[in-house]
Amino acid sequence: MLNKKSETLEGAVGRVKDGATILIGGFADPGTPEILIDGLRDLGRRDLTIVINNPGMHNSGVARLIEDGCVSKLICSFQWPKESLVFLERYDAGQIALEIVPQGTLAERMRTAGSGLGGFLTPTAVGTVLAEGKEAMTVNGTEYVLERPLRGDFALIKAYKVDPRGNLIYRKTARNFNPIMAMASDFTIVEVQEDVAINELDPEVIVTPGVFVDCYYVTGWYEIGKPRSAGNA
Amino acid sequence: MKNKKSETLEDAVGRIKDGATLLIGGFGQPGVPEILIDGVCDLGRRDLTIVTNNAGTGHSGIARLFEEGCVSKLVCSFPWAKESFVFKELYNAGKIELEIVPQGTLAERMRSAGAGLGGFLTPTGVGTDLADGKPSMNVDGKDYVLEKPLRGDFALIKAYQADPRGNLIYRKTGRNFNPIMAMASDFTIAEVQKDVAIDELDPEVIVTPGVFVDTYYVTGWYEIGKERSI
Amino acid sequence: MSEQTNLLTRQQIAARAAQDMQDGWLVNLGIGMPTMIPAFIPSNRDVMFHSENGLIGMGPPPAEGEADQDLISAGKELVTMVSGGAYVHHTDSFAIARGGRLDCAVLGAFQVAVNGDLCNWRLPNQTSGSVGGAMDIAAGSKRVFVMMTHTARDGAAKIVAARTYPLTAMKVVTKIFTDMAVISVTPDGFVLNEVAPGLTADVVQAATDAPLNMDAVGTIDVAA
Repeated sequence: MLNKKSETLEGAVGRVKDGATILIGGFADPGTPEILIDGLRDLGRRDLTIVINNPGMHNSGVARLIEDGCVSKLICSFQWPKESLVFLERYDAGQIALEIVPQGTLAERMRTAGSGLGGFLTPTAVGTVLAEGKEAMTVNGTEYVLERPLRGDFALIKAYKVDPRGNLIYRKTARNFNPIMAMASDFTIVEVQEDVAINELDPEVIVTPGVFVDCYYVTGWYEIGKPRSAGNA
Repeated sequence: MKNKKSETLEDAVGRIKDGATLLIGGFGQPGVPEILIDGVCDLGRRDLTIVTNNAGTGHSGIARLFEEGCVSKLVCSFPWAKESFVFKELYNAGKIELEIVPQGTLAERMRSAGAGLGGFLTPTGVGTDLADGKPSMNVDGKDYVLEKPLRGDFALIKAYQADPRGNLIYRKTGRNFNPIMAMASDFTIAEVQKDVAIDELDPEVIVTPGVFVDTYYVTGWYEIGKERSI
Repeated sequence: MSEQTNLLTRQQIAARAAQDMQDGWLVNLGIGMPTMIPAFIPSNRDVMFHSENGLIGMGPPPAEGEADQDLISAGKELVTMVSGGAYVHHTDSFAIARGGRLDCAVLGAFQVAVNGDLCNWRLPNQTSGSVGGAMDIAAGSKRVFVMMTHTARDGAAKIVAARTYPLTAMKVVTKIFTDMAVISVTPDGFVLNEVAPGLTADVVQAATDAPLNMDAVGTIDVAA
């Protein structure tokens, strides 16, 4: 049996190339794979498209990627919290493109990609600026917008525990987008607090089956949302 | 807090009326809510539309619904198993209508209803008889069929354990369609092997949150796929 | 209206809105003022709160020393979970929201139009303003209640005949709770249900840019 464990951070994120589209988990700080993001930053990749719910709080999380100029486009639902100073600065300077997607639609577009579907009809955003340019359809008297799948070359996600096959469980609201992103990428990289032996995870409670996971890196517990010095992952 | 438990089988299924559309869980025998189905048979309802994966086995469970003349239409993916002889006979006699839906599309159509969506584009069935009459679309060079949501007036599902809020966990492949059907109906009735006190189910492992469950009836363990005396 | 006295406090608006949260409801609360509602739910009512980041059964902020960094609300505050809750991932969470399983969403707003149009995510002619989950929740909830100040800081009416702000969702708002009044949104227009103690219906009408039906106006019970 192939063990999906990466012994080094570089081994986990090293195959991400310039220009890649990367789905990054997390809703605010919980579930954000901060160590993987730091690893990606250390690689100095450029021209990345990042799909993530929030563009990073303060100087943590994805804000560090943006700060280092790694990101050319951001796709997210919650782009303007006051804390997202780094993103705001780059956006105002015209250095980063932005696509706004309603949060439920963002999740559903990735699920659609992960499920091999070609799109879906949602009532969300009908009549709003976010529906402009998209096909509209009426089904049984209700108006819908046709939304397309959203797929990543890579997903960077965070989980609580993993077994050698890559089966994952999560912790509380740190689950959020992570299981959906795991489904929707060509190569899913996970940071986990702890790895356990095969058979230690109850198959009834696995949230992400290992089929959606390509490799994982064990980080141990850390306090989330705090800046770490570069290279200290 | 309102406890969603029904003390009697009739309380659990009694509000089902003639002509209703019922989503019924199960794949093969595991996960089929046989006790609830018996309850519906006992009510003698007529003209039901049944959405379920298989067309019944032997004379029990869903087959009993057919045999007792409760069903006017079946929506399923796998109608022609040899153990589904009751259905076959009725179908051949023109007494029951059939809509065949590919299994993944069946699940996705119900999820689409449960998720408040208006439909989805699937590559499944493209170019086949099952795509006839459905809109097709090409997205990024690939052909898809537009499939519509499928919603039930009721869902009859089977779970392993329930707490008073109706939070559910399942057991092995008895899970199958049940969590999806729970989402996709106006009124979801669960039969469960066992009920537990509040806080006994770990919130991390709940598969169906109680928001999707309207009532549950505790059956205890029973051997599945056997005829029961009525 | 900035000179107006007798306006309700934020707590009083929350307390009044809480009275409309019915036993057995599952409710989503928008960021800001609506998050004050749980503290005012009558103790004999069982109301569960859904937070779109995957939490069904959101509880109050944690006691000292009990915070868990992985347990937050959609407003990014540390919270707890009540008995009988469940964690779900994002598509299940929004299946609940869009699929009509929320009995009510209580949201803030910049404008509410007489047809129920909700505007709460972006100011006109600006690129800022976060959509978050507002469009999905507003489109899918069985009821959408708005909780806001009756007028903008500059005195402009926020309850209007037709919206001028960017739309969040069409024809969804059913009730409005403000520092001046409780107003229902009906097919026949706005109905003024209650006014704050010490205010008259005419004062509320003057602060509103659409006609109010004033056939049966009560007074908000601030003792509740």
